Amino acid sequence: MNKARRAGKEQELSRALSENVDGNFERLVRVFQDRLYSFSLRLAKNRADAEEIVQDGFVRAYRALKVYPPQRIESIDLSPWLYRIVLNVFRTRFRKAQSRLFSPGGVNPAFGRANEIAAGPTPQEMMEEAEGRKQLEKAVASLPERYRVPLVLRYIENIAYSGIKDILKQPEGTVKANVHRGVRLLKENFSKMNRREKQ
Amino acid sequence: MKNLSAQVFGESRPLLQGLKNLKKEKAPRSLLPAVLRRLGLGDFYFRWNSPLGPVFVAYNKKGISAVVRARSGGAFERSFRKRFSRPIYPAPDSPRKGWQNEAHWVAAGKERKIPFDLESLSPFEQAVLRKALEIPRGEVRPYGWVAREIGRPGAVRAVGTALAKNPVPILIPCHRVIRSDGQIGNYALGGKEKKMEILASEGVDAAGLEKMAESKTRFWGSDTTRIFCYPTCRQARRITAGHRVIFPSAREALAGGYRPCKLCRPTQAA
Repeated sequence: MNKARRAGKEQELSRALSENVDGNFERLVRVFQDRLYSFSLRLAKNRADAEEIVQDGFVRAYRALKVYPPQRIESIDLSPWLYRIVLNVFRTRFRKAQSRLFSPGGVNPAFGRANEIAAGPTPQEMMEEAEGRKQLEKAVASLPERYRVPLVLRYIENIAYSGIKDILKQPEGTVKANVHRGVRLLKENFSKMNRREKQ
Repeated sequence: MKNLSAQVFGESRPLLQGLKNLKKEKAPRSLLPAVLRRLGLGDFYFRWNSPLGPVFVAYNKKGISAVVRARSGGAFERSFRKRFSRPIYPAPDSPRKGWQNEAHWVAAGKERKIPFDLESLSPFEQAVLRKALEIPRGEVRPYGWVAREIGRPGAVRAVGTALAKNPVPILIPCHRVIRSDGQIGNYALGGKEKKMEILASEGVDAAGLEKMAESKTRFWGSDTTRIFCYPTCRQARRITAGHRVIFPSAREALAGGYRPCKLCRPTQAA
């Protein structure tokens, strides 16, 4: 229900924007800034970069809205559209600094070591500790971008697959598979970190 | 066996729950003003002790956007948002430079160098206000003069309306435009009295102008140069009383062999 109300509000906002971009742009920023900033933080890993990426994203969005005809603005689904812009800003900016597939941390892409995982403490136990959260943050950050972005969108930003599909411009099946692999990798990294800590 | 499968598959759940509970970061407070400033969307304002008392002045990336008399900053913000549907914030305390500096405006005749944000107005209204900016301090021109100068001689009434909608009174001197019969006319920022007051502060004898209007004096000519001017033109003010010729209309001046002044242009220069 809450979700439906939110969607209705966003639709109302895109209609208002189609009538007057300048007058309603501040509202757009207010509605989306927290979501986009926390998303951007997962991409950029430091606050200054994250803020700059969101700023650039909003500036790009504004320039686009200024040239789009009103019917087109009205039909925009704002949330995926803005996430996509932020993602694009990030990718353009860090294209050189980062390889697309794997983050510089170098994560072992081998899957299916369930038995080893089982040997460590379960994530539940870890969650109970405050530092478990910090560990999880680190584990998420060390995921390769290909898995990290869909996983962040699905489980941290809580967006449905149908929305993520639009943000990433990928088929829904691909998104689901990548999220799934992301979760598996995350589990693996997470217990590896724990083990290292224990030693 | 059951335990193992729970660990392999079921344990995703606490992990995913953990993901959901990760701290959601709020965007920094600097984000919104920074975005608006980069886009030139947000305006900033401060109080200014104008010749007509304290007013609020708003500006943005493009220039000064509004001058408004209001009881308080809050009242000003509300009226600004209503008129321009744009956000507005109190200006930062840091010293303002150049055209944002009030000392700059007080210096006589510097209005033309201030950038203004007139984008919310129609091209006609912008042309009227730009023309009003050309009237020097201490002088006045009729509405009809503005209409003729911008190439729309029939649009005298429309000029009056455009000047009444001037978003930056005082700084764009719409008070220097008066009625064609020589009466002072009305003023959006506090009526005729305020118009007289601000003209007087610029050295215009407003009461004298009204008296001249009653005696049907429109132009002054000089019988030595045989040039005629608006009475407030700085050339006209140099004519000594003995050589001053009074005309009730431009046609009579022309018929008497006088030519229009090239500075104040009382008729289209021939």
